Amino acid sequence: MTEASLQRSVKVRRQAAAQVRQREGSPWTGMGAVILKEMADHLSSTRMFILEVLILLAALGTVYSATGQLQQTVSKDPFLYLRLFTSAMSPLPSFVSLLAFFIPLVAIALMFDAVNGEFNRRTMSRVLAQPIYRDGLLLGKYLAGLFTLALVCTAIWLLIFGLGILRLGVTPGGEEVARALLFLLATIFYGGVWLALALVFSVVFRQPATAALAAIAAWLFFTVFWGMIAGGLAQALAPVQIGLPQEILARANTELMLSRLSPNTLYAEAMVTMLQPEVRSLGLLLPTQLEGAILGAPLPLMQSLALSWPQFTGLAAGSILLFALAYVLFQRQEIRA
Amino acid sequence: MGDAVIETRDLTKRYGTFTAVNKLNLVVRQGEVFGLLGPNGAGKTTTTLMLLGLTEPTSGSVRVLGLDPARQPLRVKARVGYMPDQVGFYDEMTARENLTYIARLNGLPGGEIDGRVTRALERVGLEGVANKRVGTFSRGMRQRLGLADVLVKQPELIIMDEPTSGLDPEASHEFLKMIQGLKEEGISILLSSHLLYQVQAVCDRVGLFNQGRMVLEGPVTDLARKVLGGAYRVHVDVEGEKSAIMEALKRLPRVHAVRAMDTTRYEVEADDDIRPEVAKAVIEAGGRLLGLGAQAQSLDDIYTAYFKKEVEHDRSQLAAVG
Repeated sequence: MTEASLQRSVKVRRQAAAQVRQREGSPWTGMGAVILKEMADHLSSTRMFILEVLILLAALGTVYSATGQLQQTVSKDPFLYLRLFTSAMSPLPSFVSLLAFFIPLVAIALMFDAVNGEFNRRTMSRVLAQPIYRDGLLLGKYLAGLFTLALVCTAIWLLIFGLGILRLGVTPGGEEVARALLFLLATIFYGGVWLALALVFSVVFRQPATAALAAIAAWLFFTVFWGMIAGGLAQALAPVQIGLPQEILARANTELMLSRLSPNTLYAEAMVTMLQPEVRSLGLLLPTQLEGAILGAPLPLMQSLALSWPQFTGLAAGSILLFALAYVLFQRQEIRA
Repeated sequence: MGDAVIETRDLTKRYGTFTAVNKLNLVVRQGEVFGLLGPNGAGKTTTTLMLLGLTEPTSGSVRVLGLDPARQPLRVKARVGYMPDQVGFYDEMTARENLTYIARLNGLPGGEIDGRVTRALERVGLEGVANKRVGTFSRGMRQRLGLADVLVKQPELIIMDEPTSGLDPEASHEFLKMIQGLKEEGISILLSSHLLYQVQAVCDRVGLFNQGRMVLEGPVTDLARKVLGGAYRVHVDVEGEKSAIMEALKRLPRVHAVRAMDTTRYEVEADDDIRPEVAKAVIEAGGRLLGLGAQAQSLDDIYTAYFKKEVEHDRSQLAAVG
């Protein structure tokens, strides 16, 4: 074979390969229409209405009782509005702990039948027969869920601030608002992880009930069991044999790393650094590291953000990974059963 | 006949070891109604999905409107309407909302959507229930809404999967009339069905599909000639001496076979409608003519006869081997 013909054949083969691989048109075609339709569905559904009422009741109850308590200490606290979210007054838990509990439920309720519901209603083949890629459909559904969740969270967030102004009679400071906004962002990221997880289950299971149950099982697993399992696993991975301080430290750090695989831990840590400025470390602190520190003094906002930056990115990465998994599974699915 | 709107070459789809579609060569021309016929599980739906790029072929090539559905699905799907088997809708939305969503997915300009949706609904006679929730619709109404759904994008080609299954006779008759109307507008149609007698009425050409293969293809009358010999059957009801009548009928030109059904009824297979000749022959043979009727071969007959032949062929092959 001559040099020229060899080159030509290579070129032809390359062109053929390019032809085989490429598909034409943007993957986002039609995504806007999907987002609009899905959000309209979410916002008008009974399912969402029930959850919104629940969250609203929880928010009003906890914040009302918190303001009652805070009215005593208005003049002493520079971060009054952040305490609105975190103070608990028996028998009511704090707003944030209720939120950590509710957000996964809302996310699961929004997404558990996203894909399998379309199959069951036999609308999947009709929708995919329109000029739209599966990419646009799946991402559209996910984003519609995320926007709905963000809308609900933001509404409640504003409500709490309004209630605070009414009951406490002081205006929130700039840093307070910035911290509370970052807390809102963390909450939406946290919801995003659960949305993506529910989306995976809605692709995997053909029955929406099974998908919902699986998602709730995952939620229970992380809420109740993962802490214990992380403790046990840490003992196995980094055993304390003699009782040296290094060993104890290694074990504690392993346990912490393991527990951070749970979105709940990541959210709790991000939330705590944002809402409690005096928190200066999320891990173990040795006495040597505390030398010269004034205990109870608040960190500047940027330092708090630097402290919880890994948690923020961790939550975002979790969402992206789970969405990618749902995407791959959905692409491989046959349109008919 | 115009250009080909659908052209497949050695199209094959395998699921693991199961071959759903085997080396299919199919051509549907512009303005034609083509019927894809076969029993359930013959590979009809798989074929339609490959034509739309919803399933990738294992091998072979597909061209729809000159485009490759696996690589240019958006352009194909913008011009081709697909009506799936037992089409589904969002039950909690109204008919108009359902169609509007589809119009938006097609990227139609906002100002045009309302008009197009209204026209599509009028076309199928659902304008009166446009604002009712689809959950309240009957099977027939859903099927008509499915057609409206396809018409919104003003397609050049419509692919329908079992469009009349589950409909009562009246509704399916109505539906076939609508298909006829679309054909007159010059829209090409590919429809798959296992209900042969219905398809016969609207299709220009049909393809018989079995176990992933196209076993027969052509206009209905051609198929009848190929498989059954004659394309027409004349039924005669006559009293008289049996052997004489049989003899007289057999002597007629263009007759392939004569069968006695019972004491007075006979069936004549012929190339043409030869009722006058039959009447004359029967009377000349001394019979008393009681009734006379002609029937074009139905697809059902072709189908049954074809598969009977297949089975016999297989048996004889087996016998030869054994």
